[in-house]
Amino acid sequence: MSDIQDVTAEVPARRQLRTKPFSLADRLFYGITKSASSISVILVAAILLFLLSQSFATFQTQGFDFITGSQWNNAKGHEVFQIGPMLWGSVLISILGIIGGVPMAIAAAYFIEFMAPKPIAKVATVLVDLLAAMPSIVIGLWGLYVLTPVVAHWGSLLYGLHHVSMGPVNFDIPIFAMSDGSVPSTFSGSPFIAGWIVAVMIVPIITSVTREIFSQMDRDLINSALALGGSRSSVFMRVILPTASGGVTGGVLLGLGRALGETVAIFYVLNLVSDINWFNILQSKGGSVASLVLQKFGEGTPNEIKALMAAGLVLFVLTLLVNWLAAVIVNRAQPWRKI
Amino acid sequence: MENIATSASHLRSEDVNVWFGERHVLKNVSLNFPSNQVTALIGPSGCGKSTFLRTLNRMHELIPSAGFAGKVLLDGHDIYDHDVDPVDVRLNIGMVFQKPNPFPTMSIRENVLSGLKLTGRRGYNAAELVETSLRRASIWNEVKDRLNDPALSLSGGQQQRLCIARSLAMDPEVLLMDEPCSALDPGSTRRIEETITELSDSMTIVIVTHNMQQAQRVSHQTAFFLAEDGNPGRVVEFGKTDDVFNSPIDPRTNDYVNGHFG
Ligand SMILES: Nc1ncnc2c1ncn2[C@@H]1O[C@H](COP(=O)(O)OP(=O)(O)OP(=O)(O)O)[C@@H](O)[C@H]1O
Ligand SMILES: [Mg+2]
Repeated sequence: MSDIQDVTAEVPARRQLRTKPFSLADRLFYGITKSASSISVILVAAILLFLLSQSFATFQTQGFDFITGSQWNNAKGHEVFQIGPMLWGSVLISILGIIGGVPMAIAAAYFIEFMAPKPIAKVATVLVDLLAAMPSIVIGLWGLYVLTPVVAHWGSLLYGLHHVSMGPVNFDIPIFAMSDGSVPSTFSGSPFIAGWIVAVMIVPIITSVTREIFSQMDRDLINSALALGGSRSSVFMRVILPTASGGVTGGVLLGLGRALGETVAIFYVLNLVSDINWFNILQSKGGSVASLVLQKFGEGTPNEIKALMAAGLVLFVLTLLVNWLAAVIVNRAQPWRKI
Repeated sequence: MENIATSASHLRSEDVNVWFGERHVLKNVSLNFPSNQVTALIGPSGCGKSTFLRTLNRMHELIPSAGFAGKVLLDGHDIYDHDVDPVDVRLNIGMVFQKPNPFPTMSIRENVLSGLKLTGRRGYNAAELVETSLRRASIWNEVKDRLNDPALSLSGGQQQRLCIARSLAMDPEVLLMDEPCSALDPGSTRRIEETITELSDSMTIVIVTHNMQQAQRVSHQTAFFLAEDGNPGRVVEFGKTDDVFNSPIDPRTNDYVNGHFG
């Protein structure tokens, strides 16, 4: 041993540290988990490669207009494949879904975590998770046969009331107007309805992520805010929500990843039109990349199918980006976990 | 005319009983906390000190299974009266928790002002209030040049003094502290003890502590809580700190303060 005062003393050579598991059981476990995670990476890569190879031709013939243009024609010799309205439509209904779903999900998470007595909280959690397991075709049919008529009923009622009390509705507010100046009647097939369907579909995932974040919060942090004289609402707005915002944003983006790729449910309730609808959300005219694929795939011409593959690739990349962003935000923004 | 610096209130509990569900955890706790006095609550773990402290500013009722009987009088008024808003009670009776817990998303300055924001106050002089509160919590000199830094960038001891400052900004008449030094090093502990002594000039303080030396250093009077096997906790001895530590009446107090159990 060297003298503790001697700062120039030699240090012994570095030793090899074992970073892999030692026992057979641990190695086996390590192997299984490692291969499982590799399989998912390989699958994603394989899908990406497949889509790339299939869509190459389309990108070559259509160029960048594939993403920005708004025509679709599969007649031989006049083939044009452009998904602008569908891509924007996917984004628009996702935004609407978030506007409708996020407050609902956060409120549900708050109720379950901070207000409900234990048994009720358990039941509510199970019900919300059940909603996540609901096949999307069921939600689509619900949208078509239940939500759409209800919305139409309330829509005409409200317009009628407005007409009686204040005269004809003034459609100067762009998002409530029709691109052709007509008066909206039923809202069926509109991005508004599709947005609510998306909201229903993303509420469970956002609720469960938010609930998880809320449950990890230091109770004494919340108690200190209450002890300072805060009310439930001010404590929520100034302490709980800001502290949880990173995680909640991540949950929202995870939900968005699902919303963007949502196919069947939207297909049922949205009137797909290959003409861009920027923000007339009550008009029976919208787009969704995933629903476009569903609509055209069955009887597509060979080139059209390649174009649909390309559309799938665009959607895939978009979803991947959103999920990646979600992961980054969730990992970074949890300062209270440091301790 | 009322002088702010000496307007500390007088707090008193009368036959306070507490239940969690069916379990009776505190029985007939009657204590008197005169203004400008520091009272230490001591006793073995689980005897109900924290629980009792929480009944003093109505934090107790935030626990769903909580039950309560008795009275807590602030300057003679029962804070559990049906027409008293618990929020008003908590404005008058501040609380500092065991673990330092500044609001993580806020800066040092915002933490000091957080109570005013939470209660929607207006018309205060923010700069002045931040400075006086931090001075009273004896942390001003350490943070005056970095008020906009995140609160979590402070050391544990500094964070705890920031939490004290946060409570002081609301100008409470009574301050409750639940083992405020148990997560801190000896240096920070000493600073906080000095702060407590200074604060007692202007407020009434109740502090839970497991540290017998600390109780003797900071408090004027001491209450010894004990929950004997299965029975609800109660106050076994209550009196001047000197008497409780040096000439206790009850042999169990003697055993406890001399480290024979607990
Ligand atoms: N939220 C709660 N629900 C049910 N029982 C509780 C709850 N909080 C405390 N108790 C019980 O009440 C009794 C008193 O607990 P309390 O936390 O007041 O003890 P304490 O004296 O502060 O202990 P310590 O010195 O360890 O902090 C304990 O038996 C505890 O199990
Ligand atoms: Mg305690």
